[in-house]
Amino acid sequence: MNQTTTLHAEVTQWLDEHWDPNMDLLNWRSLVADSGWGAPSWPSDYYGKDMSPMEASIVEQAFADYGAVGAAQSGVRMLAALTLLAHGSHDQKQKYLRGILTGEDQWCQLFSEPGSGSDLAGATTRADLRGDEWIINGQKVWNTSAHHAQYGLLLARTDWDAPKHQGLTYFVINMEQPGVEVRQLAQMNGHASFNEVFMTDAVVSRDDLVGEPGGGWKCAMTTLANERRSFDRARDIGARKGRQGKIYRDLEEEFAIANEPYTWYPQRAGRVDLILQRAVATGAIDDPAQRQDIARLHIMAESAKWTGERAKAAAKAGKPQGPEGSLGKLAASNVARLAARVHTAISGNDALLTGANSPMDGVIAEILVSTPAISIAGGTDEIQKNIIAERVMGLPKEPRVDDGPFRDVRRNTSGPTTKA
Amino acid sequence: MALVFTADQDQFRDSIQRFLSDQMPTSRVRQLMATDHGLDNQLWRQTSTELALTGIHIPEHLGGAGFGPVELGIALEEMGRALFCGPYLSSAVLSAYALLICADADQQERWLGDVASGERRCSLAVTESAGLWQNDDIQTKATGGGSASSLLNGRKRFVIDGQSADLILVAARADDGIALYMIDGDTNGLTVTALQTMDPTRKMADIELNDAVATKLTHAPDHLLDTLLNVACIALANEMIGGCQRLLDSAVNYTQLRYQFGRSIASFQAIKHRLADLLLDVELSRSAAYQAAQTLADCSDLRTLDEDQRRHLTEHASLAKAAVCETYLQTALETIQLHGGIGFTWENDTHLWFKRAKSSEVLFGTPAEHRERMMTAIESGNRSQENAA
Repeated sequence: MNQTTTLHAEVTQWLDEHWDPNMDLLNWRSLVADSGWGAPSWPSDYYGKDMSPMEASIVEQAFADYGAVGAAQSGVRMLAALTLLAHGSHDQKQKYLRGILTGEDQWCQLFSEPGSGSDLAGATTRADLRGDEWIINGQKVWNTSAHHAQYGLLLARTDWDAPKHQGLTYFVINMEQPGVEVRQLAQMNGHASFNEVFMTDAVVSRDDLVGEPGGGWKCAMTTLANERRSFDRARDIGARKGRQGKIYRDLEEEFAIANEPYTWYPQRAGRVDLILQRAVATGAIDDPAQRQDIARLHIMAESAKWTGERAKAAAKAGKPQGPEGSLGKLAASNVARLAARVHTAISGNDALLTGANSPMDGVIAEILVSTPAISIAGGTDEIQKNIIAERVMGLPKEPRVDDGPFRDVRRNTSGPTTKA
Repeated sequence: MALVFTADQDQFRDSIQRFLSDQMPTSRVRQLMATDHGLDNQLWRQTSTELALTGIHIPEHLGGAGFGPVELGIALEEMGRALFCGPYLSSAVLSAYALLICADADQQERWLGDVASGERRCSLAVTESAGLWQNDDIQTKATGGGSASSLLNGRKRFVIDGQSADLILVAARADDGIALYMIDGDTNGLTVTALQTMDPTRKMADIELNDAVATKLTHAPDHLLDTLLNVACIALANEMIGGCQRLLDSAVNYTQLRYQFGRSIASFQAIKHRLADLLLDVELSRSAAYQAAQTLADCSDLRTLDEDQRRHLTEHASLAKAAVCETYLQTALETIQLHGGIGFTWENDTHLWFKRAKSSEVLFGTPAEHRERMMTAIESGNRSQENAA
C-alpha cells in the first residue's frame, strides 16, 4: 500500500510540474513519452520505466485522478508497440515507438485476406526480396484505420516451399506510397468501418522486417494476443469529458475520429439494455409468449455477465483460468442473436422499417442488421468452438491436410487470390 | 456474488468429493435407488456426523457449523454430481430452513438441533394437487388447539422423502392464514403412500392427514411460501449444476475413447461444437446458480426480508431454477445422444442423471413458471424505482 501511495505521489508531483491543459495535445504527449510516464511498463531504454503491470496501473490511475491526458492509446497502435517490443530490432523500436505514444503516427493491421480469414496462416500476399527491398503484392481486408494510417503491420509470404505457418514473415509497411491503395469496404448495415488494402509492387525496406524471415506467425500471434486488451483501454477517455482546456478539445476530436466507424458496435451486441423499455412501449410486456422470450434473454445476458465476472475474479485471485475465461465471445454471440430475435418480436411490423422511420430513430433497425457481425468478427463462432473444444476440453484436433509445402496446399480457386 | 471460492471452500469441496466418490459410486446409487427409502442409515450418519454436512448452514448456537448458503451450495453441487441418495435436500435443506424461519427459540431447540445433526429426518409438505407453492393452493386445514396442538386435515402431494421421515412439516391454512405445522412421522391420522417416481434416486410420497395432531410453528411471515420456494430453487439449482458437470465430463470422456471411421469421434467438429455449446451452457448456468446462492447469503434474516431483498431473491432464485434445469436436461439429452446406442441402455449410467434432470425440470415449478415469476419480480422492482424517482 505504502509503495502505491509513494508512486501515486511521485506521478502527481511530476504532473504538478508539467501539466498544462492549454497545451497542444501532440506537444504534451511528446513530453509524456520522453518522461517514461506514458508507458511505464515498457523498458527504460524505450520510453518506459521498467515497471510491473501493477505499478503501471497505479501510474495510469494517478493520471486519471489528476485529469491529465496520457500517451495515445487508440486504434492498433498499442498492438504495434507490443509486437515491436517483443520482436523488433533496436532500430525499429527507436524509430517507431515514440510516434506511437505521441499519437503522431496511426497504425493498421494487415493480416486477413479475402482467401484467408479463419485460416489466417493461409495468407498469399507475397513479399519478394529485390536488392535491399521487399516487393509486396497482394490484397488484405478488414483493415481497421488503414485509410488514415501511416504504418501497417503486414503478414506476407516469403517462402512458398515451407509449410504454411513457417513461410510467413512480418513487416512494417509504409502506407503512404504509390503501391498501396486503400478502399473503404461498405458493410450490409450501411457503415464502412474497415478497409481493403491492395498492394501492387509496394516497397518495404529490409530494415523493416520484424523478427526473423519465416518467423511471421509468431509475431502475428503476439499482436493478436494483445488485441483484446487494447479494446478495453480506449474507453477511459470519456471520464475526462467536461473538463476545460485546449488539450481536452484535441482529445475529444481525436476520439471522435477514432470512434466514428464504430458507432454501431453497441447495436452489434444486441442492446439488451433496451429490451424492457421497448417491451413496455409496444405493449409486448403484456403478452405471455413474449414475456417468456424476454425472460430467456435476460437469463442468458445476466448469466453471461456473471460468468465474465467470475473469470475476472479468478484471474485477480491468481487462480488458474477455468473454462469460464474462454467463453465470453461465444456467449456474446448467443446473446446478440437472441436479442435481435426478441427485438424483432417486440417491434412487430416496425421491424420492416429502417432509418428515421423506424423505432428509436433507426437504432432498432441497426441492431437487426448489425448483430450478424458479432459471431464472425475477431474469430467466428465455429473457430471459437474449436478452440474451446481443443484447448479447454482437451479434445483431439482434426487430422490436417495442409501440412506439406504451402505451394501444394489446396486453396481457394475463385475470388481475388494471388497465384504463387 | 461469490465470484471465486476461497482456499477453505475449495478444500471443503475436495473433502466432500473424496467422500462421495468412495461412498456413493454409481453401483451404490443403483442399489439404494431400488430400495423403498432410498437411503443407507450408516452413510447418512457419516454424512451428518463425520462430515457435518447436514448442519453446514445452521448457526452454531443452534447446533450447526455456522456457514452459509455458499457452502451449502458446494455440498449440494457435490451431491448432485454423485447422485447422493438420502434426505439431504428434504431434511437438511428445506426443513432446516423452514425451522430457521418459522420456529421460535423453544421449537428450534426441540427440532432444529436434531435436524442439523441428522439425528432425525424431517420432510417438508407444501404442495397439493396443483403442485404449486402458492398460498391459494393450500387447502389443508388446521383447526383448534391454539399454539399447543392443532388438528390437520387434507392431502399433500410430492413430499420428498415423506416415506422415511421422522418428522413432517406441513403447510396448512387456519383462520389466521397459512403456517407450518410439525407432526411426528408415526402420529395417528397420518397416512404416507410412497409414489413411484421417474427418478428413483429421489423418493416422494403422498400424505393424507385425518385429524393428525400437530404443533404450529410460531412465526408465519406473509412471504413464507415464496421464501421457502426461493430457498428450494436455489438449493436445487446448485445441486443440478453438479449433475450437469458430471454428465458433461462423461460425454467428453466417452467421445474421446470412442473410435469410428478410424478416429476418435471427439476429433469431429460435429461433436466438438456440440460439446463446446454444452460447456458454455453449463458455465453460464453455473454462474446463475452461484449468484443465487450468494444472493441468499446476502439476506441476513429470512424472517424479516424487506421488499427489495425479496424481489432480488425471487429474481435470482427463479432465474437460476429456469436456467439450470433447462441446461441440465439438455446436457442429459446430448450426453445420451453422444453415447449413441449404449447411452440408451440400462447398464450405462447416463440415464440415472437424465432421470434426475427430467424430474428436476418440473420439481418446484417448470422453467416457464419461473421465467414468469422472475419477470414479475423485475417489473415490480422497476415500478418501485419509478415511484421512488
